[in-house]
Amino acid sequence: MLAHDTLLAAREAIRSKQIKSQELARSALERIEKLDGQIKSCNSVYADRAIERAKQVDAGRIGGELAGVPIIVKDNLCTRFGTTTCSSKMLANFRSPYDATVIRKLEDAGAILIAKSNLDEFAMGSSTENSAFGPSRNPWDISRVPGGSSGGSAAALAAGMCVAAIGSDTGGSVRQPAALCGLVGLKPTYGRVSRYGLVAYASSLDQIGPMTWTVADTALLLKVIAGHDPKDSTSVPDAVPDYLTDLGRPLSNVRIGIAREHQSGAGVDPQVKSAVDAAIKKYESLGARIVEISLPHTEYGIAAYYVIAPCEASSNLARYDGVHFGHRTRDEVKDIIELFSKSRAEGFGEEVQRRIMLGTYALSSGYYDAYYVSALKMRALIKRDFDQAFEKCDVIASPTSPTAAFTIGEKTADPLQMYMSDVFTVTCNIASIPGISIPCGFTSGAKPLPIGLQLLGPTFSESRLLQIAHLYESSTDWHKRRPKI
Amino acid sequence: MSTNISLDQVRHVAKLARLALREDQLVKYAPQLGAILQYIEQINQIDKSGVEPMAHALPLHNVLREDVVEPSLPLEEVLKNAPETDGPFFKVPKIIGGDEDSAG
Repeated sequence: MLAHDTLLAAREAIRSKQIKSQELARSALERIEKLDGQIKSCNSVYADRAIERAKQVDAGRIGGELAGVPIIVKDNLCTRFGTTTCSSKMLANFRSPYDATVIRKLEDAGAILIAKSNLDEFAMGSSTENSAFGPSRNPWDISRVPGGSSGGSAAALAAGMCVAAIGSDTGGSVRQPAALCGLVGLKPTYGRVSRYGLVAYASSLDQIGPMTWTVADTALLLKVIAGHDPKDSTSVPDAVPDYLTDLGRPLSNVRIGIAREHQSGAGVDPQVKSAVDAAIKKYESLGARIVEISLPHTEYGIAAYYVIAPCEASSNLARYDGVHFGHRTRDEVKDIIELFSKSRAEGFGEEVQRRIMLGTYALSSGYYDAYYVSALKMRALIKRDFDQAFEKCDVIASPTSPTAAFTIGEKTADPLQMYMSDVFTVTCNIASIPGISIPCGFTSGAKPLPIGLQLLGPTFSESRLLQIAHLYESSTDWHKRRPKI
Repeated sequence: MSTNISLDQVRHVAKLARLALREDQLVKYAPQLGAILQYIEQINQIDKSGVEPMAHALPLHNVLREDVVEPSLPLEEVLKNAPETDGPFFKVPKIIGGDEDSAG
């Protein structure tokens, strides 16, 4: 048991007393010890605390849906223990005085949090190369990125350092690294999971989501973390379905939408395209109806995203001022403005600075209508496209990422080229709908790389979305492959 | 609208954003921001007449709660991450006086 187990298998092994929770925690920690020097997926490891909690599970003092299973969470989720760094120099020593609601829910369900994972600084990026602590590596090929921004969570899980992980997704940051590391990754409907204690990047787009080996594991984890939270007024009061039980319900009349606009996509790798086309054929052979739909404004998704997200970021990150918490310059300063400006210039990395500048510019006097208001109108149009498409289909299928994992350094010189990694994922956040990435193939070559299929559904359709993802997974075995590491 | 962003504009934006950037950083960011803005410009090429701006896509509005006093974090918890403190206060350089910026 151990490395590369699924969440459900680990839970079953603990419940049936085939293995102790502390053995599982120790094996995860050994895996980190052995491999994280090269993978660099963990910002901080909580070995003693994890073993202590695992012992309590073994003694029957901690129970719950996730009792005893080792999980790794993204280091932009606040925890009362350890640090919450967002992989930024700004927060390198930040110790949160409270837990994120998702952290509370995971621990209340008995999960053992063993480490906090690397990310692109403040979740801004698609490769983890924007981390102030250096990039994480893809366990399928360590010369390549694991994707981002939840790349540390993806790499840690793919390397067998835990049985499930948590990421956050503002424009694809759960789904894209899941695709690049051969995992399942879900971005829930906006408001389905509380954002309380998730360090804010773009508040109208941010959502926390599970990263696992299987759809069933994601269903279980979503059930645990979802739900209304009085501390997040954008979380919705709707009851949380039992997603895991719902997976086993009968499924009929499945309609898979294929967007005309996704077909001509420049920059889609031919191997990715053929894997996704084959997955759609597979759905057809399983009885699903394939429906052509149109998303006329989807090509403006990246442009709208790179207005909305930086605008919200420039506002959210105004709080880092070197006064209340976070990095403060050691230079002599003549006044408080200089204190703010020097602390922020020293504490933030390049991509964060670029996005703050972009947002500040777009919100500044004279440009507000041309950029921000215009992007919010695009948002309405993108949302309308989806509403109309979902009258004809249950889910929309596409690649998750236009390419498999790229090499470290390949896209860092050109920010705009990096942004294009999110071309299939951003509209999901813009429209607040749920999206999932599931493994659908591998590239050929000496080191085969995973390819992800993205399925998008209407708001609060997670049960059906997971069922449809499960239908494909049950008749393929891509999700059973593991990197040889 | 021009999407070329001049070095002076970048310098001004950095000032608004409270980022004390070095000259070489401004020089590096200017063409990058220009290229991104040029790409973004395409959202202004399509007709959006009659479209209402959408801040977020869910029908949630004005979530209210009772105004009840709840426990706050203890002072030492609030101050423990502060770079500099003085008793129960956050410590900062002088705010009043100095140049025109300081007043703002």
